[in-house]
Amino acid sequence: MNAPAGSLLAAEALRKTYGPTVALDGAEFSIHAGEVVALMGPSGSGKSTLLHCLAGIVTPDAGSIVYAGREMATMNDAERSALRRSEFGFVFQFGQLVPELTCVENVALPLRLNGTSRKEAERTALDWMQRLEVDDLGRKRPGEVSGGQGQRVAVARALVTSPRVLFADEPTGALDSLNGERVMELLTEAARSTNAAVVLVTHEARVAAYSDREIVVRDGKSRDMERAV
Amino acid sequence: MSIGHTLLGLLESGPRHGYDLKRAFDEKFGHDRPLHYGQVYSTMSRLLKNGLVEVDGIEAGGGPERKRYAITDAGVTDVEKWLATPEKPEEYLQSTLYTKVVLALLTHRNAADILDSQRSEHLRSMRILTDRKRRGDLADQLVCDHALFHLEADLRWLELTAARLDKLRTEVSK
Amino acid sequence: MNARQWSRDLAMGVRFAFAGGREGWFRATLTAIGVGLGVALLLLTTAIPNALAVRHQRDVARADYTYVFGHPMKAGEKTFVVADIDTPYRGADIRGRMIQREGAQAPVPPGLTKYPAPGEMAVSPALKRLLGSSDGTLLRARLPYRITATIAESGLTGSQELAYYAGSDNLAAHIDPPNVARIDHFGSPRSPDSESDPVLTLLVLVVFVILLMPVGVFVAAAVRFGGERRDRRLAALRLVGSDGWMVRRIAAGEAMAGALLGLVLGVGFFLIGRQLAGTAEVFGTSVFPSYLNPSPVLAALVAVLVPAAAVLVTLFTLRGVVIEPLGVVRTAKPARRRLWWRLLLPVAGLAALYPMIGQGRGGGNFNQYLVTGGVLLLLVGVTALLPWVVETVVGRLGEGAVAWQLAVRRLQLSSGTAARMVNGIAVAVAGAIALQMVFAGVEADYTKRTTNDLTRAQMSVQVPDGVQVPDVAKAMTATKGVLKVVSIADGQAGDKDKDPSQTASVSVGSCASLREIATLPSCHDGDAFALKGSDSETDSETAKLLTAAEKHGRTLYLNPAYVGDIHHGALSRWTVPTGLKQAESRKDPTGYERGGFLLTPGALPRGASTAVQGVVYLSIDSGVRDATEYVINTAVRIDPLMQPETLTSVERDGQFESIRTGLFVGAAAVLALIGASLLVSQLEQLRERKKLLSALVAFGTRRRTLSLSVLWQTAIPIGLGLLLAGVVGLTLGTVLLKMVGSTVRVDWPGVLAMTGFGAAVVLAVTLLSLPPLLRLMRPEGLRTE
Repeated sequence: MNAPAGSLLAAEALRKTYGPTVALDGAEFSIHAGEVVALMGPSGSGKSTLLHCLAGIVTPDAGSIVYAGREMATMNDAERSALRRSEFGFVFQFGQLVPELTCVENVALPLRLNGTSRKEAERTALDWMQRLEVDDLGRKRPGEVSGGQGQRVAVARALVTSPRVLFADEPTGALDSLNGERVMELLTEAARSTNAAVVLVTHEARVAAYSDREIVVRDGKSRDMERAV
Repeated sequence: MSIGHTLLGLLESGPRHGYDLKRAFDEKFGHDRPLHYGQVYSTMSRLLKNGLVEVDGIEAGGGPERKRYAITDAGVTDVEKWLATPEKPEEYLQSTLYTKVVLALLTHRNAADILDSQRSEHLRSMRILTDRKRRGDLADQLVCDHALFHLEADLRWLELTAARLDKLRTEVSK
Repeated sequence: MNARQWSRDLAMGVRFAFAGGREGWFRATLTAIGVGLGVALLLLTTAIPNALAVRHQRDVARADYTYVFGHPMKAGEKTFVVADIDTPYRGADIRGRMIQREGAQAPVPPGLTKYPAPGEMAVSPALKRLLGSSDGTLLRARLPYRITATIAESGLTGSQELAYYAGSDNLAAHIDPPNVARIDHFGSPRSPDSESDPVLTLLVLVVFVILLMPVGVFVAAAVRFGGERRDRRLAALRLVGSDGWMVRRIAAGEAMAGALLGLVLGVGFFLIGRQLAGTAEVFGTSVFPSYLNPSPVLAALVAVLVPAAAVLVTLFTLRGVVIEPLGVVRTAKPARRRLWWRLLLPVAGLAALYPMIGQGRGGGNFNQYLVTGGVLLLLVGVTALLPWVVETVVGRLGEGAVAWQLAVRRLQLSSGTAARMVNGIAVAVAGAIALQMVFAGVEADYTKRTTNDLTRAQMSVQVPDGVQVPDVAKAMTATKGVLKVVSIADGQAGDKDKDPSQTASVSVGSCASLREIATLPSCHDGDAFALKGSDSETDSETAKLLTAAEKHGRTLYLNPAYVGDIHHGALSRWTVPTGLKQAESRKDPTGYERGGFLLTPGALPRGASTAVQGVVYLSIDSGVRDATEYVINTAVRIDPLMQPETLTSVERDGQFESIRTGLFVGAAAVLALIGASLLVSQLEQLRERKKLLSALVAFGTRRRTLSLSVLWQTAIPIGLGLLLAGVVGLTLGTVLLKMVGSTVRVDWPGVLAMTGFGAAVVLAVTLLSLPPLLRLMRPEGLRTE
């Protein structure tokens, strides 16, 4: 099967095993710019592994992943790291903010890793924190802010490099529904405004409802519900 | 819930007498509301008229309960279509979904597909509600939230059922 | 809160200490090793005074004091004659005695059962081993006696002591106190005060304080290993219903487990160390293992205090912590660290040491409490100052790359933890630098004090009565490794044959030899010279004697006798020749300037050669191995009582080298131990941050960046610690050197080596934590279990 024309990131026939456990068994995926796709499925279905493969964090055992016309398998670790630094953004469930850096330093971190000067990085970081309504937390450390605030800081950090793909793995998993909703609203709005694609791993329907379409992952196989119909 | 589709589905595994059909239905789906014989006769005669079943044989002694019914090709196609069509997301549709899943299992169809397409249908509704909520005022939001939570409950049930399909398969084929 | 509850909680803690799987055991073992080393050192320290006392008693008991009041002793039932024939061999000193029994009731030397017969000897076990080894070949030639007995422990002061008693039957003829004397008992006539060298006492004290301190710091840090995990465990215990005090006691029990295990290890280490001490020799001093018995009271005190200290340290560290059922809360940010009281400690230490500056020169005593207290305060000052220094410096560190920023921010948040881990290293390095300086300084002084001109001669031989100087000179010239022989016979000339009123010294030697002690205008055999140019008094004495001689027909008496002289050589007359030349005195190779007369052999009256005692200076070919030993062997062959002296002291340097090596090894061992604890806490910290590390890698952080940040995180505090250690170490070294009255000189290679060790530890810890770091950075860390 070939990826649909115009897709930004596409994968086919992905296989990945961890020891005796088969995490992915022929999974497929595709997303185009500006689209929000939810990866759904029960725990252990392989949805996080699929996200890690798509983001170039994990190398699949077999199959191909093409990002912007480039086959990921041909890139080495440094190139994939560089890709993650500049083209991708990440939000995880928790434990992603560096506890000893202030919030604004955390948000500025990806820019600094890309070689932007500290001053400029922090200015851009503050802009994004403003968009996510957490600019007043700049000088605080992650330990001093609430879970919802921390997650918004994390979203700001994921978007600060204006990535073309934003990977979000259970971004609201540790939040209550009101905070979760707000984070999802801000995340999808921000992503749409920059025409970024969003790969959203979630097991919550109400979170998945922020997506344009969903892909169900079960036993390492994926099912694109839109194209199946 | 469509009794006609259910009985048709039950016939798919082989020709049965009317009383067999009633017993099978009661056993699998009619936990607290057993079928009346009258319901079975009227449904079967409607299906016979539409050409979805045929009479396979009549046992000595006569009487409608002695007729043996078999499903026709048109009947199989009808069941197929019914199973594949996701239900419109509304409240209290579990019994229909349950029937569909069990029938799919009984007829060796892919029950997970039924659940997945149903989830997709639910999500479609949820997206619309979420979108409306985003644009609307607080009253809209509260109304939409109510609907969303109900849909979410259905979806959770779908997830749970999907996770228990294997177990259910061994149960129904006993 | 009763005793039962206490013991139950403590016991529970002890169980937890070992319940943590492999890691729990590793931590407990590391703690135990630290505590064990501390305990062993403490026990050794408490045993040393006892060992030195026993050693001293033995030494006093075998003393053969040859100094007697009144008339010389006559041979009797209880008398024996003893000659002191100590001899050096390849840098080691051998205690040698030649003894001759005179009366049937003469006491047998301690450690012997009977007198060795002439031609036989009793030797110490160490000497026996030396003589039997290939190293002892030359020594065997020097001690040509048959070994018939071994000196027992009661006659020796240490297991490694080299000693022998040789039998003789003609010593009585050579009685010449103090070297050869007739006495009737062993042991000191009165018990003299133990006059230990104050400098040595100071060094011993300082060495132990300096070794103990880092171990103490390490133990204090070790009982806090696994802090975070322990916190979680304590919180869980609170959840199931333990109260705040119970969990504190359980935590204390965990610490106590390590301390108790350490106590056992410590006793083991001590017993091993005791045996090792029996085979070791420091400053030519060795002891028998049986000497090293710690006083029971002190040992019991150690056994009680060490676990108690572990419990107290734990309770102390938990004082700012509230353990809640859902987690551990540190009470409000600790106040900014204050400088003044931290500075007070080292200042107080200096104040304690200051009054003792310069006392080592006069042989004065050091107040042991002030020394220990002062050194302790100075070193404790390091541990008190370091957290402040780290906090202050780290607080001001700013801009930098991401790796730097991550490390600095981390340190800013927990500078106390970082400083605590580094404290041990800082104290060890400070102490080692100070000791290094003291040893180097004392050693340098030793070499500097000698006036010997080692370019002219490296050995001298005093020729005893009854041996002809020319014979010795001839034998030496034929000895392997001897380049040049200068022989001077020294005697006295007086104006009368008995009890002269004017005297002057007379030196006899060949022209070549005389040129070593005077600048001669010209010289032929038969010439005689009058010396001038030594000190004015000697010059005028010589002039007076010459004037006196004029009155008696220019006749002087060589070797005049005095009333009460127990020995006197043959008297001979010497007529001062008319052609007496003048000569300018010159320092001999030992720095001595002679006065009086110089005679060539031809100018000496016939038969006068026995009348004078002589000295032979030897130039040695340093390229010939054991040249010194050949010279001594030649001397002993001529007369066992003749003892050549080495003017150079190459062996001393060698000894210092071994102390320096020992110090390095000790410091390296302490640093390695601290490095291990650093590594444990580093790994612990990394594991806690597994999730974060994976997330950082996910958004594209380079592995290099994270590895570098780990390096900075260790390097910054250790760098600061080493800097502070350098300052304090140099200060302490300077003060100690001033105390012993030595010139202050910084031993830069030593300082560099010690700081190098510290740096190596940083590097090693970083390198060893890299593989687990890289493993943790693998994306598997992102998977939620």
